Amino acid sequence: MVDTPAGGAWKGRLMLGLMLAPAVLWLFALIVLPHVDLALLSFRERLAPRQYGASLAQYRTFFGEPLYWHVFVRTAVMSAIATALTLLFAFPVAWTIAKLTRGRTSALLFVVCLIPFWVSETVRTLGWMILLRESGVLPQLLAHLGVTDVPVELLYHDATILVGLVYTSLLFMVVPLVNSFESLDNSLIEAAYDLGGNAGSILREIVIPHATPGITAGCIVVFMLTLGNYLTPNLLGGKNSQWFTEQIYTQFITRFNWEQGAAFGFLLLALSTAMVWVGLKASGQRFGDVMRRA
Amino acid sequence: MSAAAPEAAAPDLEVRSVVKRFTDHVAVDALSFSVRRGSFFSILGPSGCGKTTLLRMIAGFIQPDDGDIVIGGRSMSGVAPNRRPVNMVFQQLALFPMMSVGENVAFGLARRGVARAERLRRAEAMLERVSLSGAGHKRVDELSGGQRQRVAIARSLVLEPTLLLLDEPLGALDLKLREHMKIELKQLQAAFGTTFVYITHDQSEALVLSDHVAVMNRGRFEQVGTPQELYYAPATAFVAGFVGANNRIAGTVTAVDGPIAELVTGDGWSIRARCSRPLATGAAVEAFVRPEVAMLARVAGELPAGQTVHVGIVESLLFDGANSAVLLRERQSRFEFRIALPQTGRFADLKVAEQIFFSFDPERAVCFAAAGDHG
Repeated sequence: MVDTPAGGAWKGRLMLGLMLAPAVLWLFALIVLPHVDLALLSFRERLAPRQYGASLAQYRTFFGEPLYWHVFVRTAVMSAIATALTLLFAFPVAWTIAKLTRGRTSALLFVVCLIPFWVSETVRTLGWMILLRESGVLPQLLAHLGVTDVPVELLYHDATILVGLVYTSLLFMVVPLVNSFESLDNSLIEAAYDLGGNAGSILREIVIPHATPGITAGCIVVFMLTLGNYLTPNLLGGKNSQWFTEQIYTQFITRFNWEQGAAFGFLLLALSTAMVWVGLKASGQRFGDVMRRA
Repeated sequence: MSAAAPEAAAPDLEVRSVVKRFTDHVAVDALSFSVRRGSFFSILGPSGCGKTTLLRMIAGFIQPDDGDIVIGGRSMSGVAPNRRPVNMVFQQLALFPMMSVGENVAFGLARRGVARAERLRRAEAMLERVSLSGAGHKRVDELSGGQRQRVAIARSLVLEPTLLLLDEPLGALDLKLREHMKIELKQLQAAFGTTFVYITHDQSEALVLSDHVAVMNRGRFEQVGTPQELYYAPATAFVAGFVGANNRIAGTVTAVDGPIAELVTGDGWSIRARCSRPLATGAAVEAFVRPEVAMLARVAGELPAGQTVHVGIVESLLFDGANSAVLLRERQSRFEFRIALPQTGRFADLKVAEQIFFSFDPERAVCFAAAGDHG
């Protein structure tokens, strides 16, 4: 009888362990193990056939080769721009869903945001290609209307890549923003309006401070997804895309240089971690709070 | 601002036949009234009577379908809420949680372009006037319910509005704090001299706080008057039923003697009451008798002469200190009747099922034509 509470606690812990086991196993087998292996790979060098030694050569190559550097920084900057644009487009959409519509209309708008995700990313991106390529719908239409003399190639520009990335990311920004806006009490907005606020000052003083965790969460998710995206930049940007994931792919698959590819992978991981950290510091948020909102 | 209107005499708020219709009902039905400068005006009514709609129209959040609202002599039609000389204290107070107490109070000043140093000084001065000096740096959630209330009022009054609207601001507080805040609100209003328009469904708040009370029902005012007038001379059955805990007795007129009518209930209990308007024999009526108007006696002869003596059986005793009452049933008709117990403690030994005599002055019992006969 005396040991019942302790026994109960032990049972509780066992249950918790059992319930968490699949997730823990999954994390360990698919995330931790490969990363440990990749880390080991990235810190070695091929000395001769089937002969490897520990070295920092892979990282030295990255810092020594301007192309890699260039692509790395470009990927970061483009991802940041894509994130900012996604926020800009998602903001009014989320506001409409959360505050301006109710019930069915609001649910319908949400579904409209979700519909593109019923189609695979490849098909979605190919859809953009059908629309934008030189012989595609939009250039033909522009030429027909006389806006351009001949059909122009709309693919393979940075802007095209951004369009594709924003389109792919929109939902991941809309969801945390809608959650943030829905938790904002309407009477706060009315009170601010009543006290002389206008749209600009209410947005600045009330809405954005309230939604900061949601905005940060959305930005982190979108930035990570964009940074690690392979398909969209590659298909819409073609040879001009110069996305860092392509470099990783090339190293692993084309060059069969797994050591170099692993090092690039870790550099990308470091980059996204650093950017998330900077983002959190800049917005004065804590990671735990933000992730609860996401 | 029109120079012609004399400053002191002009009402701060004039509502002129304002109408607001929603798809399925008329929320505010051709309502007109005015509120004198510096007074405390309450709108009292049950939920759904249209009082919130009315208040939101005065604040500017809703546009009336018809009629005009004039504040400080200026028509408010087409004037946005942020441009009206009106501020509102919201039901849930709506303090900004992302700001400190001082920033909350300074918010409106900042919107008017008051320089930072000046608005912090004025916010602090205002906090001092509501006895919260030094609380400016605190977070909103560090304050107690009553303190938040004062911040909400300070935040509005710092803008020196012509009119302060209060939307049941005491509703969220617990009973004890509510009693305390009632007194504080009245003192604040007296100290600032700002015109307050207060809406509530709590008759005690309205009676205690106000100079004038309007009782609202179905989009219309049933009666506008001082709390005393509403209490002692209700103009309609609705007011009589809504203000104070009244005994409501429905019946048919059997005899009319000048202003006094005799009526009999369906169960055959006969009482006498004063008619607000002449009534004919046979008319269906509702009479209202206040619990404190009726008197109790163990011996019939102790009751005032000339009053009809009724016999009751004690049903239950409702002890509540100074508000104690006894619930009894008239012996014949079993009609339930509530009588306030005297403060002297004379009937403190009353027992359930005991038989007791009671009577009331028919002049102080009012009767109205029953609701169905109005129209």
